[in-house]
Amino acid sequence: MMGAENHDYEEPQLFASRDEMENLLLDDDEPSPSAAPSSYGDFRSAMTTIADAHHPLSSAKVDAHAVASSDPLLSPPPPIVLKRNPSGHSDNSLVDPPSYADVVFSPFAENGRAANGASGVSRSPSSSSAPAEYVRITVSDPQKEQETSSNSIVPSGNTYWTYLITTRTNSPEFGPGVSEFAVRRRFRDVVTLADRLAESYRGFFIPPRPDKNVVESQVMQKQEFVKQRQAALEKYLSRLVGHPVIGKSEELKVFLMVNGRLPLPTTTDVASRMLDGAVKLPKQLFGDSGTVLGPQEVVQPAKGGRDLLRLFKELKQSVANDWGGTRPPVVEEDKDFMEKKEKMQDLEHQLSNASQQAEALVKAQQDIGETMGELGLAFVKLTKFEAEEAIFNSQRIRAADTKHVATAAVKASRFYRELNAQTVNHLDTLHEHLGLMMAVHTAFSDRSSALLTVQTLVSELSSLHSRAEKLEAASSKIFGGDRSRVRKIEELKETIRATEDAKNVAIREYERIKENNRVELERLDQERHDSFLDMMKGFVINQVGYAEKINSVWAKVAEETSGYARES
Amino acid sequence: MITTQRTLSGSSQSPRSPSARPFLSVSVTDPVKLGNGVQAYISYRVITKTNLPQYQGPEKIVIRRYSDFVWLRDRLYEKYKGIFVPPLPEKSAVEKFRFSAEFIEMRCQALDIFINRIASHPELQQSEDLRIFLQEDEETMERARSVELGIFKKKPSDLMQIFKDVQSKVSDVVLGKEKPVEESTPEYEKLKHYIYELEDHLAEAQKQAFRLVKRHREMGQSLSDFGKAVKLLGACERDSLGKVFSELGSKSEVLSMKLQEEAHNLLMNFEESLKDYVRAVQSIKVTMADRASAFKQQCELAETTKLKEINLDKLMLMRSEKVGEAEVEYKELKAANEEATRRFETIVRLMNDEIVRFQEQKTADMGLAFHLFAKGQAKLSNDMANAWRSLLPKLEACPYVRT
Repeated sequence: MMGAENHDYEEPQLFASRDEMENLLLDDDEPSPSAAPSSYGDFRSAMTTIADAHHPLSSAKVDAHAVASSDPLLSPPPPIVLKRNPSGHSDNSLVDPPSYADVVFSPFAENGRAANGASGVSRSPSSSSAPAEYVRITVSDPQKEQETSSNSIVPSGNTYWTYLITTRTNSPEFGPGVSEFAVRRRFRDVVTLADRLAESYRGFFIPPRPDKNVVESQVMQKQEFVKQRQAALEKYLSRLVGHPVIGKSEELKVFLMVNGRLPLPTTTDVASRMLDGAVKLPKQLFGDSGTVLGPQEVVQPAKGGRDLLRLFKELKQSVANDWGGTRPPVVEEDKDFMEKKEKMQDLEHQLSNASQQAEALVKAQQDIGETMGELGLAFVKLTKFEAEEAIFNSQRIRAADTKHVATAAVKASRFYRELNAQTVNHLDTLHEHLGLMMAVHTAFSDRSSALLTVQTLVSELSSLHSRAEKLEAASSKIFGGDRSRVRKIEELKETIRATEDAKNVAIREYERIKENNRVELERLDQERHDSFLDMMKGFVINQVGYAEKINSVWAKVAEETSGYARES
Repeated sequence: MITTQRTLSGSSQSPRSPSARPFLSVSVTDPVKLGNGVQAYISYRVITKTNLPQYQGPEKIVIRRYSDFVWLRDRLYEKYKGIFVPPLPEKSAVEKFRFSAEFIEMRCQALDIFINRIASHPELQQSEDLRIFLQEDEETMERARSVELGIFKKKPSDLMQIFKDVQSKVSDVVLGKEKPVEESTPEYEKLKHYIYELEDHLAEAQKQAFRLVKRHREMGQSLSDFGKAVKLLGACERDSLGKVFSELGSKSEVLSMKLQEEAHNLLMNFEESLKDYVRAVQSIKVTMADRASAFKQQCELAETTKLKEINLDKLMLMRSEKVGEAEVEYKELKAANEEATRRFETIVRLMNDEIVRFQEQKTADMGLAFHLFAKGQAKLSNDMANAWRSLLPKLEACPYVRT
């Protein structure tokens, strides 16, 4: 009996002794409780209904499910895996996302799920169909490096961390066949990449990059911080490659493939702009005809530095828009878009709320599991005590009864823990989509600023036109023409032509961004729909599976103690 | 729930006719708030069904309040030393909860168990105080309660009383106060150690059980909130998915209620059982204290008596005229000593039987408590599995958008 199992119950470390106690209890019982077939049966029937249905998903998903349906024992069942490994060492495999979380990428794989799976277990697609395209990114091997400042002879003493970024892919975008390459990058490079992408892909929902976390980097433990950043980078890059358009971008490819210094212009930083700005500023300040915007400049929103004047003008315009003064000819006429924008706002609000509640739910699940474990532990101690001190038979019987309850409580506690680990994975989808909202904001503001640029140019044109008209009217009154006025008119006409060009470019840019928005919105809606569906399925299946397991544990105890039931 | 032997398994096992078998069955029900303001209190209906001759059968109903139960317990404590008097539920520490529905329900249940344990105890059931409690009208009860409370403390002086005073003066000097007189047989030592450690273990288990109740409530709350949030989120989505979300939200809310129900069930039954167990152990400790003081008394009186005997012999030798007086004192002391020994031995004897009874009772009580606990948890998890499972076909029917 219990006397033999005299391990270190007095151990101060609760966890160590808890594990021992848990193992002791489980060792005593048969590994497969007799209740298993019924719960397994229920679960299995749940699984087959899902596996049988046709999944009009990407080939990757179909593969995962083909695996699932072919061998129910391997399918998501963290529960079933548990049955095989009662010792509890199977924690790793149980924390893996179930089959709904894909690691296998295809060009149209969704962002959220793909990112999650990147760092997880890789499951090769079954041989029933052609291997899907995948791009797998791993970030590893953080190293500390010294800043070699070329400007000074004295080493600057600044250190930074670099990470090894390995890409493994069979996508033809990166070369024929299966290619693998690795580069070493620092976080600053990632910022550069993100900035360049933001410029080149206005209107797209670009996955947000990891934060700079300046405070955390000082305050946190180095190890912790580096680990956290490493994981965040991996997630970010995986999402980037998962995007149907950005995944093929030159900037990204260059980032992933070109070793050595990152060949992308670093932030269109203030320094170089200042240089340009210093030259142009006088002209700008005098508000002269030299303030024509080169068409190519129009493609970017106004920023600081050299765009001072443009900023000012656009600001003036937006104020005019707000006050509804001159009605700008180009109006945000897209009612559809306005509706969608409102919907996005509402969605964000609900996502945020749901995300919060999901966190609270996870915490509650964790707590109940913990307390159940503590309760089990208390009963284990009670069992041992009663058994050791027993003088009467009634005590021994009670010790045996208590042991049943203790075992069940410990097992149930374990199930709660595992259930929760899975729940976290599933409900993480909510957090991820919430994060994507940021990208949506950016894309929408790309659109607004492009529109603003157009509107500014349009009203500028109209004021130029009216100036020209006035001049012509004035000069036509003078017989033979007014040489100076004529010259001014000519200059003005030049300006008008250039502005007209700029306006057309701006309009094209605006239309382009509009289209990007539209396409992305649709893509996002679809992906969100599917990933939410996955999330719910996973969440529900998980709950069912573990509820069944927990039920069988307690049903057993009810059975064992049925003799005490009141016969009334 | 806690098992009680509702029928008398008394001394006589009477023949077949059920009416012939003596029984005493009590129930405590219908808590009602009476009085106003600060003086408000809860009254309970106590219904006694019996065929015992000394009781007004077949049924009698009286109204009692908590302090009446306390009176009964105190009387039994005094009169039946050595017997583990069933424990009472505690007074409410926090004024606020005195009238909360939950507290009242728990107390009513515990009082019912208390009175039934007394009624089914072979010794206690014979108590006159029990009869008074179960039978007398309210005024008599109130009088008994308030009057006895006053007089009770000042018992008529008896043999014991006299020598209690003597003892403390003499024996302290004689025996030396630093050395407490304690029973130290290995068996009793083991029992004492057992009881004290048992209380610790049980208190821990009860603490966790109470926490588990809280966790169920918290989980219920967060499921409810989650359900609402999911419903709102579903409103943002397309038709079929939106509908599924809405259903999921509804199921969450349903399960939330089940969790609250189970929390209540756990509190009323499982946690209460453990608390009751703790109270019972504390009651044993009281008996153990009684035993200790009885032992001490007996030891001290034995010493004092011996000294008196020696002194008497000395006086007799000296042919002092104080001999007569000393002889009388010696006789009285001897009687007191015998009385003290008798009392102590009674307590020991009673305790031995009580311990056996206690262990058996507790095995039955906890066995049932465990059974109901397991049933409750099994039902809850079954309900959860069913609720979630019912969503699966709908989730299945929902088509994916991207091919």
